[in-house]
Amino acid sequence: MEINDLYNQIIIENSRADWNRHKVDNATVSLEGVNPSCGDDIILDLLIDNGIIEDAGFHGDGCAISRASASIMIDLVKGKTVEEAKELMNLFFGMVKGEITDEEKIQQLEEAAALQGVSRMPARVKCAVLAWHTLEEALGKNA
Amino acid sequence: MNKHDFPALQLMENGKPLVYLDNAATTQHPRQVIEAITSYYEKDNANPYRGVYELGARATEAHERARRAVAEFIGAETEEIIFTQNTTESLNLLAYSYGMEFIEEGDEIALSVAEHHSNLVPWQRVAKAKGAKLCYLYPDENGHLTEDEIKTKIGSKTRLVAIAQVSNVLGLEAPVEQIVKRAREVGAVVVLDCAQSIPHMSVDVKALDVDFAAFSGHKLYGPMGIGVLYGKKELLEKMPPFLSGGDMISSVHEQSVTYAEVPRRFEAGTRNVGGEVGLEAAIKYIDSIGYEAIRSHEQDLMDYAIGKLSEIPYVTIYGEPTAKGRYGVISFNIEGVHPHDTASILDADGIAVRAGHHCAQPLMEYLKINSCCRASFAVYNTRENVDQLVNGIKNVRRCMGFGN
Repeated sequence: MEINDLYNQIIIENSRADWNRHKVDNATVSLEGVNPSCGDDIILDLLIDNGIIEDAGFHGDGCAISRASASIMIDLVKGKTVEEAKELMNLFFGMVKGEITDEEKIQQLEEAAALQGVSRMPARVKCAVLAWHTLEEALGKNA
Repeated sequence: MNKHDFPALQLMENGKPLVYLDNAATTQHPRQVIEAITSYYEKDNANPYRGVYELGARATEAHERARRAVAEFIGAETEEIIFTQNTTESLNLLAYSYGMEFIEEGDEIALSVAEHHSNLVPWQRVAKAKGAKLCYLYPDENGHLTEDEIKTKIGSKTRLVAIAQVSNVLGLEAPVEQIVKRAREVGAVVVLDCAQSIPHMSVDVKALDVDFAAFSGHKLYGPMGIGVLYGKKELLEKMPPFLSGGDMISSVHEQSVTYAEVPRRFEAGTRNVGGEVGLEAAIKYIDSIGYEAIRSHEQDLMDYAIGKLSEIPYVTIYGEPTAKGRYGVISFNIEGVHPHDTASILDADGIAVRAGHHCAQPLMEYLKINSCCRASFAVYNTRENVDQLVNGIKNVRRCMGFGN
């Protein structure tokens, strides 16, 4: 794989995006996600009301892949129901593991589809899924 | 220099020739080491100290010959060499045997904040279990431990000083002579972690007068799974066993046991003789080049690399940006780029560097960084490899959208 397939325009832009990089003051759940092997550390805040993710934000330190993935994930799940978010989450896990390759399905992930290249870089999968695993755990707690 | 002795260095990675700059994590192996291991398993393998048959005797001889080679290599007596899996196991053996036996409530254990987790976590556990206190020595802004810091942190309550001869992140040599002198004044023992020093410099445990020393085979062109613990004989003889079971006993009865003499008291179970033979071959390989030649080659590489990297305005080097007193390791970050991204993009050019906290999180906290990149060098690296790294770093910035 060419390295620019991984560090594509969508990833680079989203890694620098700051609109989702903030604390959510009245968050109903706040959870830390850590990659113990590399020290990456993000905190995901969610405001869930009536089964709908009304607001979300993240802060902390991570690489471009984990930052872009977190920001894209928040864009995607904000305004969705917990159930819809879980479906997208499983679709994302399937894509980065290389188990789901159907293009139509992957299109449901919108910009997160730009992370498909990670499925060919086993060492970076953990970066791409950090925010999503944190979301999974947070939704489990809030369900 | 010697690159052709190393089959792994002929590898292609991502379509590019491998530029291996992660030697502080593990080195590649010369043919001489690989062949020695193969030959042992083809011709001499049996369980040492068990069989009375000829093949068993050859395995026992291989095991003890490797011990003699290690002893000679670091200036120790043969019975002062204990084989372990790696530096981590050597230090755990010490913590559980010496530490748990001789560290008491209120005692202090002094160590540098730059220690690798393997020379930190075991002492933290001893301190917790025994009610002792960990006292950290902090490097100055250039990454060096000062005489003042040594005098202040190693005091009358200090019973043990644990220090790496060369930091696996900063690459800088610790002032071992001053530390040992201070430890002697206060009656503390000194544990020297040589994992990052012995690949680059000759270590003479008697000249250094340290009480214990540990290193790994796999950072020294030897195989994984073989490590060494050196201990002064009079100290080893006072220490209780670490692991117990087969081969570390003198006699066993239903309700009692007497232990074997040192060093076998500390070597329970079947040994990794193939690994020991590989380590012996690695020592021979190093001897055939000579530490003086290794040092002068690596010093030239360090000078060249520090010079080239210092010219790049967006690169920060950790620890004093000098090649003097620096062994094998240069840790750095690229402004605006996370170390993992740097390492991934370098990998696409076939360049292997490490990114992360390097098992030294307390040092990362002290440096106020989360992680960094580390390029680490061995005897087979060349100035061309440095140029490839420098070009790779420039490509990282381009790839991450910073232009030129």
